[in-house]
Amino acid sequence: MKNTLTRRRFIGTAAATGAATLAAPSILSAQGTPLRVGTYGGFFEDSFKAHIFPGFTEETGIEVDSIAVPTGETWLVQIKNAARAKTAPADVSLMAGTPRREGAKQKVFKVIDDSKIPNLSSLSDRFKDRYEDGGLYGVGGVSWYITLCTNSDVIPEAPTSWNALWDSKYEDQIGLLGLATNSFLLEVTATTHFGGTDILSTKEGISEVFDKLAEVVPNVRLWYKDEGSFQQALQQGEIPMGQYYHDVAGLAAAEGFPVVSTFPEEGGILDSGYWIVPEYAEADDEIAAFINYMSKPETQAVLARNVGTAPVVDPALTDLSPEELAAVSSDIEPIIPRYDIYGEHGPFISDRWNQMIAG
Amino acid sequence: MSKPGIARYVALVPSSVMIGVFFAIPFALILAVSVSSPADDADFRLGFDLQHFQRFATWFYIERALFSAGLCALIAAISMTIAFPFTYFLTTFKRRSQDWWLIYILAQLSLSEVLIAFSWQILLSRTAGVGNILAWVGIVEKSFSMTPSAGAVIAALVYLTVPFSVLLLFPALSRMDRSLLEAARTLGASPMRTFFTVVIPITRPAIISGGVTVFVLTLGAIIVPQVLGAPQHWTLSVLITDQAIFNFNMPFASALAVVLLALSASVIAAVSWLGRRREV
Repeated sequence: MKNTLTRRRFIGTAAATGAATLAAPSILSAQGTPLRVGTYGGFFEDSFKAHIFPGFTEETGIEVDSIAVPTGETWLVQIKNAARAKTAPADVSLMAGTPRREGAKQKVFKVIDDSKIPNLSSLSDRFKDRYEDGGLYGVGGVSWYITLCTNSDVIPEAPTSWNALWDSKYEDQIGLLGLATNSFLLEVTATTHFGGTDILSTKEGISEVFDKLAEVVPNVRLWYKDEGSFQQALQQGEIPMGQYYHDVAGLAAAEGFPVVSTFPEEGGILDSGYWIVPEYAEADDEIAAFINYMSKPETQAVLARNVGTAPVVDPALTDLSPEELAAVSSDIEPIIPRYDIYGEHGPFISDRWNQMIAG
Repeated sequence: MSKPGIARYVALVPSSVMIGVFFAIPFALILAVSVSSPADDADFRLGFDLQHFQRFATWFYIERALFSAGLCALIAAISMTIAFPFTYFLTTFKRRSQDWWLIYILAQLSLSEVLIAFSWQILLSRTAGVGNILAWVGIVEKSFSMTPSAGAVIAALVYLTVPFSVLLLFPALSRMDRSLLEAARTLGASPMRTFFTVVIPITRPAIISGGVTVFVLTLGAIIVPQVLGAPQHWTLSVLITDQAIFNFNMPFASALAVVLLALSASVIAAVSWLGRRREV
């Protein structure tokens, strides 16, 4: 049970086939071979190529070969298949929550040497994934928020709490993500009504949260799986409220659509892509240099300005102005997805979810 | 065995090998995966474990399977009802206009399900859809969105299947012996009566096989129910996609696929058994 943002999945899928073909025969060993870096295809990859990689090459002399990767399982499967052939499809790449956890369970990620990455100190422990023996296998790369978005023509005063989802005055007017594993609504419900996500640690707790979450069903008009369906409806006011990506909502507002993204008082949902190193990647030093560069507050600020992602380092370390920071994040404590529960209780959650949304 | 018999079997070899490779092997793999068991250090381990079928055997999934079958049967019925009179009159047209109509109908088949689903979504939306026309004409007070709804799913699926139905009915109706109709008319039957007592009975096999084909085709539709329907209208195929792509639970997706296959096989078997009994 692992999934990440649908949009990032869609962007990358087409490119992934190409990436796999490129990667299969090459075994990186000789010095001077470009470092193969995987990021989500489309806008993400373009921004990395334009704003991030040149600076890295300038600072370290290491050339970068950019690879578009799909998010989620598809990419994990490619890494696994490559590992069977004792190769790695990229030297370092982004990977989101649940598949990262699954990959770690099957130990398909290499341990990264902390000592070669001094800038790790700028990241909180939340952005450092470790094996049970303490070996580091994932380092936060980019973050993005899912918030409560409204159409200001239809709802002039945007609600400031996730509680609005339960408000009967919005009957049949809400759009929510269609999967437990990408909407993170269990986490939202637990934080809003049960004082935090700790209750999700047991199956009984998850059941209790589901009972509460089921109360939003009559208010939901659309359970969307592709971002486009909801964006259109939100911009036109057809479905005036719902959960949506803060960065895209900002872009829509900038284009003149009456869309407002609000960080609810309980916090926006913070999802992240982490850098992982597939098994059999060999360029250890170059990889460490890359992760080190990406963990620099300056690099994180460039990302925030150009890709619209939230920094994974303490914002105080960056030179982002309050306005720039507000455009990509909020100082309200975010809701962090409990990726672990989708691995542990996957079938249970998926069945309960399907039954719930089918009313 | 006589010589022509052997020749016939030899002629069957190349196509049988092709069918074996392209259908039997993937199907065997799906069967094998559907009875595999989960593993901690891998996605699944081959073996014999019925837990995925046990997971199916809850009211939720059974209800979904029955809903899918019911929906597809309804689509087949509607699609045949629309296509039959059309095809019947089409066969009475001049050859040239028949050809143009058939080209037009065939061209519809080149549109992908994705394109059709999203076009219908726009067509039925509040801001750009037919609701505006209804409001302008004065039938409704103000435009409204018609998706997601069961009606939208049915409309788009019927749109998808009518061209198939026409093509399936066309050969039988165009080969029909017109002298039978003339005989019926000469003996005093009204056109309506001729249609129901002569045309329909002699083309029944085509209607039944066309209906079954449309039924089986619709069982595999994913995009239309997902885009135009609410979760209560999602078919088993949508749930299979969820499990395979989003939850990456291949064993459970395979088990659901096996159930879907069994469902369509039993419908085909039941229909052909009923057909044979009538002939006897």
